[in-house]
Amino acid sequence: MTGYILKRLLSAVPVLIGITVIVFLIMALIPGDPATAILGSYATPENVAKLNRDLGLDKPLVQQYFIWLGNMLQGDFGTSFALNRPVLDEVLERFGATLVLAGTAFVLCAVLGVAAGVVSAANQYGLADKAITFAVLLGISIPSFFLGMMMILLFAVNLRWFPVSGMWPIYGARSLSVLLTHLAMPAFALAVVATGVVARLSRSAMLEVLRQDFIRTARAKGVSERGVIWRHALKAAMVAIIPVLGIQAGFVLSGAVYIEMVFQWPGVGRMLVDAILKRDILLVQGGVVLVAACYVLFNIAVDVAQSLLDPRIKT
Amino acid sequence: MTDALKLTDLSKTFGVGRSLLGRRTGAVRAVHPITLSVPQGQTLGIVGESGCGKSTLARMLVGLLEPTTGRIEIDGAVLDNADPADFGKRIQYVFQDPIASLNPRKTIRQIMEAPLKRLHRMSAADRRQRILEIFESVNLRPEFLDRYPHEFSGGQAQRIGIARTLAANARILILDEPVSALDVSVQAQVLNLLADLRTEFDLTYLFISHDLAVVEAVSDRIAVLYFGSVVEIGPAAQIFAAPKHPYTRLLADSAPVVGRPLVAPEAEGAELPDPLNPPRGCAFAARCPRAVDQCRTQVPRLSPAGAGAEVACFRPVNVPEHPMSR
Amino acid sequence: MTAFVALLARNRLALAGGVVLVCVVLLALAVPVLPLADPDVTNTAQRFQPPLSPGALLGTDHLGRDLLSRLLWGTRLSLAVGFAAAIAAATIGAAIGIVAGFYGGRTDNIIMRGVDMLMAFPYILLALAIVAALGPGLFNALIAVAAVNVPFFARNIRGITVGIAHKEFVDAARLAGLSNRRIILSEILPNVIPVIVIAMSTTIGWMILETAGLSFLGLGSQPPQADLGSMLGEARSALITNPHTSIVPGVMILIIVMSINLLGDGVRDALDPRLKSGALSRPMAATRVDRAQTPPPPSGAGLLEVAALETQFHVRNRVYRAVGGVDLHVRKGECLGIIGESGSGKSVTALSIMGLVASPPGVITGGAAYYDGHDLIGAPYGRLRDIRGRSVSYIFQDPLSTLHPLYRVGDQLIEAIRAHRPIGRAAGRAKAVELLRAVRIPNPEKRITDFPHEMSGGMRQRVGIAMALANDPDVIIADEPTTALDVTVQAQVLTILDDLRRSRGLAIIFITHDFGVVAQLCDRVGVMYAGRIVEEGLTSDILRAPRHPYTARLMACVPELGAGKRRLEAIPGLPPVVDNLPQGCAFADRCQQVQAACRRAGIPLERHGTHAVRCLYPVPQSQEATP
Repeated sequence: MTGYILKRLLSAVPVLIGITVIVFLIMALIPGDPATAILGSYATPENVAKLNRDLGLDKPLVQQYFIWLGNMLQGDFGTSFALNRPVLDEVLERFGATLVLAGTAFVLCAVLGVAAGVVSAANQYGLADKAITFAVLLGISIPSFFLGMMMILLFAVNLRWFPVSGMWPIYGARSLSVLLTHLAMPAFALAVVATGVVARLSRSAMLEVLRQDFIRTARAKGVSERGVIWRHALKAAMVAIIPVLGIQAGFVLSGAVYIEMVFQWPGVGRMLVDAILKRDILLVQGGVVLVAACYVLFNIAVDVAQSLLDPRIKT
Repeated sequence: MTDALKLTDLSKTFGVGRSLLGRRTGAVRAVHPITLSVPQGQTLGIVGESGCGKSTLARMLVGLLEPTTGRIEIDGAVLDNADPADFGKRIQYVFQDPIASLNPRKTIRQIMEAPLKRLHRMSAADRRQRILEIFESVNLRPEFLDRYPHEFSGGQAQRIGIARTLAANARILILDEPVSALDVSVQAQVLNLLADLRTEFDLTYLFISHDLAVVEAVSDRIAVLYFGSVVEIGPAAQIFAAPKHPYTRLLADSAPVVGRPLVAPEAEGAELPDPLNPPRGCAFAARCPRAVDQCRTQVPRLSPAGAGAEVACFRPVNVPEHPMSR
Repeated sequence: MTAFVALLARNRLALAGGVVLVCVVLLALAVPVLPLADPDVTNTAQRFQPPLSPGALLGTDHLGRDLLSRLLWGTRLSLAVGFAAAIAAATIGAAIGIVAGFYGGRTDNIIMRGVDMLMAFPYILLALAIVAALGPGLFNALIAVAAVNVPFFARNIRGITVGIAHKEFVDAARLAGLSNRRIILSEILPNVIPVIVIAMSTTIGWMILETAGLSFLGLGSQPPQADLGSMLGEARSALITNPHTSIVPGVMILIIVMSINLLGDGVRDALDPRLKSGALSRPMAATRVDRAQTPPPPSGAGLLEVAALETQFHVRNRVYRAVGGVDLHVRKGECLGIIGESGSGKSVTALSIMGLVASPPGVITGGAAYYDGHDLIGAPYGRLRDIRGRSVSYIFQDPLSTLHPLYRVGDQLIEAIRAHRPIGRAAGRAKAVELLRAVRIPNPEKRITDFPHEMSGGMRQRVGIAMALANDPDVIIADEPTTALDVTVQAQVLTILDDLRRSRGLAIIFITHDFGVVAQLCDRVGVMYAGRIVEEGLTSDILRAPRHPYTARLMACVPELGAGKRRLEAIPGLPPVVDNLPQGCAFADRCQQVQAACRRAGIPLERHGTHAVRCLYPVPQSQEATP
């Protein structure tokens, strides 16, 4: 097992390098001169040239890449010119907030989605199945940012159950309950789409498994229907569900960008959008690389979970 | 009589497993070097159990798989490239699963036209004519031509598959378990059709099957495959009636036969050797009741054993007495 | 194509989605000719007019622009961008996927590494990076959304292509002289297109959401031009004071995406062949029973007795009479063989006894199965479950697919015991080892921790037998247990079964298509044809002198080892399809002795002593069957 984890970690190295190359290349494609963007259009040509030299932008592309990569490996992601703050500090702080939001939403979508899928499949064409199918259809059709706005209108403005927006207390000394009241709406709005997708897939995976011969064997042994569904069928269906959970984690992380905008959540997504609009390139690069790297690690964890579940995967 | 098909030292090794850098970490020899020949107009039967390499052998013969070593000669001429189109005109393949071998989204006519068009560059009118002739000879009705494969039963689909190979106009057919997906009553129809076609068109067959009785009923000679090697080859009439290799004997004894009481020839769960870690000597030695030390250290070679038979065994069964006599 | 449309139209939800979508698309197409206000003319004096105001049906936005006009123009834009992105992503992704999947090897490796790399990003990061590089704008957002979706299509289509490229018909095309390019175009592509269409129809809604999302963030369409997403984005600041400016575009997105999703699901269902055959239904815990008549009472002939059993499959409006009135019984210590060709109903008969026929589509429509005098068919589920595996157990055909792939064989054995009585960990383990030893698995202490895929076929089938023995049942129903095995392994498994029946006094019902196996194992045999038993009697009698023409002809078809090269007997024609059985004898069309009377009415199973035949003109007893 340890060998397998090591092997997967090693195989992530080329992927991580590939990510940095892709990010670097995309950023290098940016038309116009970053220095001009930083200094504004009234800058003198001398100043622009000096800044370009300072940023190393006058060197060949390959050399620029390795300098950038080398600096990153030493923990130096550069300084955001718009915030005048080290990129790494800013990204880590913002990413913490995003993780709280996206992590909660991911757990919600995994638990609710799988449960809904199993219940739906177990009662195929029954009332519960129809209700869940309809809810799922609604969930995957509604834009999460629109859902978030409607929730603010209903629960914050009209009913006053939750605060409208913001998430201050995560690093402060405020209580957990304050965090939770701030978290409830955005986490739910973020989880809805992914829950729908997971529920849908779990349902079809369960239906697929329930037709298999080994389910008939379990019934022939006299195993109870509950045992057939939850012990035999769900375990086999998880083989198909787990990879989708891995992909959905990426979707939750992505959806967090919109939700952070709607609920003024101080996460990395909002930071990136702001950085793009301000052409704060180092911040965009650093943010994208760090978040992508975390996602790669998360996917390795998914693979390991899969290999623990399915002995047929060679470890 | 010339040899229609001659194989010399044909073998296949597959790489398995991958290191981090994508290099192969192991090798499995699916087919050990095989030398065989089939005279024009005859049927050579090949029997063996799952994993003995019979399908790998068949796929090499039609160019779907490139041999690791050895060569294939047809009518004395060496086939030296693995281009299936070049093979296609001389040697054709009848598949095990008749339905899966027909593209579900093409009509039977489109399927039949492909070899005529691509291999023989026939004009549309000639193709039409030729397809009707072929359908006539395999007893299929012309109105089937505009239907799709899913509308046919297994037996009919297998006739269509045979018709397609006839369209290629090859003289040699590799029949890879052609009736094992069919029911017995239909199986006999297809086997008889194959026998008729062989005489009518002077075809040469290589008939691969796991069913001893079927192979015996259709073949002139039979080769027994075990773990990728031919262990015995001989005339069909004798090979199971008087087996010389202990494995052939085990096969013959295991086949359920009406009127023979049920006795397991092997009590314990004997299994094939591990292909990743093949034994040093005879592959059958571990299961063989007659094995001696020599069998475990040296590989026996195929050598003549009288009456046109050859056997790869240091201690062949020579006694003609056999429970087959009913 | 017409069949596809008909299937789609039958799905009412999909139809509704389709109608809504067509309306929206027509409306969007008609926008330039509709009498609408200019969407971009600002009039701050008229800002935030509520809906139904004069001159502004849906009100106005924060710059006083007419919302209805902006909504329709925005819809037009959103639809166009969404469809364009979907088509671009599907085309490029499918092309990449087909090339990678078909050529395999190094090409595949390099392409898929690249795809993996792109999929290692949470997709929005990639989209944001692309927009950051190209600059905000609707067309750039389109490129970004299409680009992030290409890897999904590529991976999906590659998987399908690999499956198709290894199909036998592709090999056949190669042997027919087709070049690779031609094989891709004429063999692979037609089989992949339905999958591409399915993937597209289920992701197009998603892409519309995504482009709207980028616009919402201010990275898509730039003012004054607006798509639905940027309308929402602009309205966000006035959400609390003037919610209608948010609700109008939001609801429109919801309507569009929902109708696309409904239609997409319909398309998927109509194109998926498994759904077409109704195969994706979840089988119930026990077969549905719907008996019109009270079954005949038990005759007490055996421990397990099947009387007038009828099982049907209801698929759409067709009724397949798989089992059409079967009577049989088995005594303690006896082995009853049931022999027949595929489709003869032998397996369905066996599965019906314990309610294991998949339902839907299976329904037991008549008859009874008496175990120890009590009817199992129609028995409450609790009682059926109690008997399953404890008194009557099953052995199935393919031991790889019938064992749970993710549980160790020891645990599966222990579970079989636990389903009926509590047993401790140590005792369960000991019992499992004992069971494996009973089926002569070498080294059972070590093998109980094996997973099924780590065992050979013969070993797995021994586990299957051990599992059937777990609770010392009285009856074992074995459904072609050796068909998937090699002959040498088959001989071993059959011997084990035979020994067990003698040592434990088991009653066995043995389903097979092999006369040799029947001859060696079974005391009595029933021959099935088209859902009925056509002949039944002592194995030795039937093999020596079959009376039903079908039995006689079938036996003659089977090549027998040791007879040398020869021409085989064949039965011309095919067995009847059980949704359209003839009135009289089902074998009449293939029978050489057929008379007019054979076709007139159903023929009863006539019993003389131990031998029963369903034929008006049976083969005379003196005549030997084999020519």
